Amino acid sequence: MIELLQQYWQPFLFRDGNHITGLAMTLWLLSASLFFGFMMSIPLSIARVSTNALVRWPVQFYTYLFRGTPLYIQLLICYTGIYSIAAVRAQPMLDAFFRDALNCTILAFTLSTCAYTTEIFAGAIRSMNHGEVEAAKAYGLRGWKLYAYIIMPSALRRSLPNYSNEVILMLHATTVAFTATVPDILKVARDANSATFMTFQSFGVAAVIYLAVTFSLVGLFRLAERRWLSFLGPAH
Amino acid sequence: MLEKLLQILGLSGFSLKGFGPLLLQGSWMTIKLSFLCLLVSVVLGLIGASAKLSKLALLRIPAQAYTTLIRGVPDLVLMLLIYYSLQTWLTSLTEALGWEYIEINPFGAGVITLGFIYGAYFTETFRGAILAVPRGQMEAATAYGLSRAQRFRFVVFPQMMRFALPGIGNNWMVILKATALVSIIGLADLVKVAQDAGKSSYQLFFFLVLAALIYLLITTVSNYVLHRLQILYAAGTREAVR
Repeated sequence: MIELLQQYWQPFLFRDGNHITGLAMTLWLLSASLFFGFMMSIPLSIARVSTNALVRWPVQFYTYLFRGTPLYIQLLICYTGIYSIAAVRAQPMLDAFFRDALNCTILAFTLSTCAYTTEIFAGAIRSMNHGEVEAAKAYGLRGWKLYAYIIMPSALRRSLPNYSNEVILMLHATTVAFTATVPDILKVARDANSATFMTFQSFGVAAVIYLAVTFSLVGLFRLAERRWLSFLGPAH
Repeated sequence: MLEKLLQILGLSGFSLKGFGPLLLQGSWMTIKLSFLCLLVSVVLGLIGASAKLSKLALLRIPAQAYTTLIRGVPDLVLMLLIYYSLQTWLTSLTEALGWEYIEINPFGAGVITLGFIYGAYFTETFRGAILAVPRGQMEAATAYGLSRAQRFRFVVFPQMMRFALPGIGNNWMVILKATALVSIIGLADLVKVAQDAGKSSYQLFFFLVLAALIYLLITTVSNYVLHRLQILYAAGTREAVR
């Protein structure tokens, strides 16, 4: 066990020779996909609750597709499926993009988390208090200003508990990245396992690292909720 | 039928190339695995929830540890950990006892591992649902002289189901999608079959998309069934909002 840790603590945490691996890679995958997913989900969630069916339906269809299929298949399609099409390989830019495993992984993760996040935010927008919006309109707020100053700040705050669940699920979902040869924590654990045959110890170390990240994220979100959701506490 | 549909859509370049039966087998494997796993995890969940709500700390603390640890670690990590370790432990056990080598059947191991993992999620779902049943119901059942088992079967369970159903539905979807991961430990499920078919026919994209569509079909049907169940278990209640 000690030997395993001595030999593999560095790859498990941040680097293996000159590659970023392990925890650092997992966190990078997580933050990159969450960042892009969050950015895309804000306009999409507004479109999702639109009264115009032509705007609403495409977004609804997108979330239906990505929430109804396993992330592993989405990753396989992005990583091996798309690259197997000759037309993609013929285009130099697409070829360069899809040849890189990390790009494909982040693309698949972003599309997946964006679909879930869009539904979370759309739900929060839908459950907006009527009076709040009416008051804002009475004060003369219209269009994007109504969204930017009243609806989104409130909806994003109220979706914090659900969003924290999504972040934890996304952390757990990043484990499939090793199937696309991305060296995340689980990939290091597998390498350690095949080199040392200490199965329980290798995967156990990975499990402990994931557990630690999960608990830190839960703690961070609890702090965030205390900061931004204190107004929702029980009335005194 | 699919061949004809592809022809009508002008996609005759893509064809199943005789992989149709294999895909069906893969889908059946996925469905079978999900159902058995659901069964194991619901049973574990009910046991876990009653342990967690127990007055005895001896039952409560292990149940608490079970849900916290299992839900904090990714399912894939646990799957590899349990699946490979089970085999190692069993091998060292059989060696120590002088028995012959026993290989764990991947299907059984997959069901047990996934069931064990999602049992933790079901424990939380059922715990919340049991707590949501009004106290007066239990008290009234006790006053009518029902035994412990009768109280659970006739009073708590039917009402608990209404609160548990959304959670059960979510967990079912997660299980269904998690079974895609068993191809990593070598089971011939839908994903594995699609990959094999795609690689040998040089139509990887087509077969993977087909597999995704089959998953989509299964999730859509489950959504419908869950919706009907929700209506069934909501009999006699009125929702204040909605």
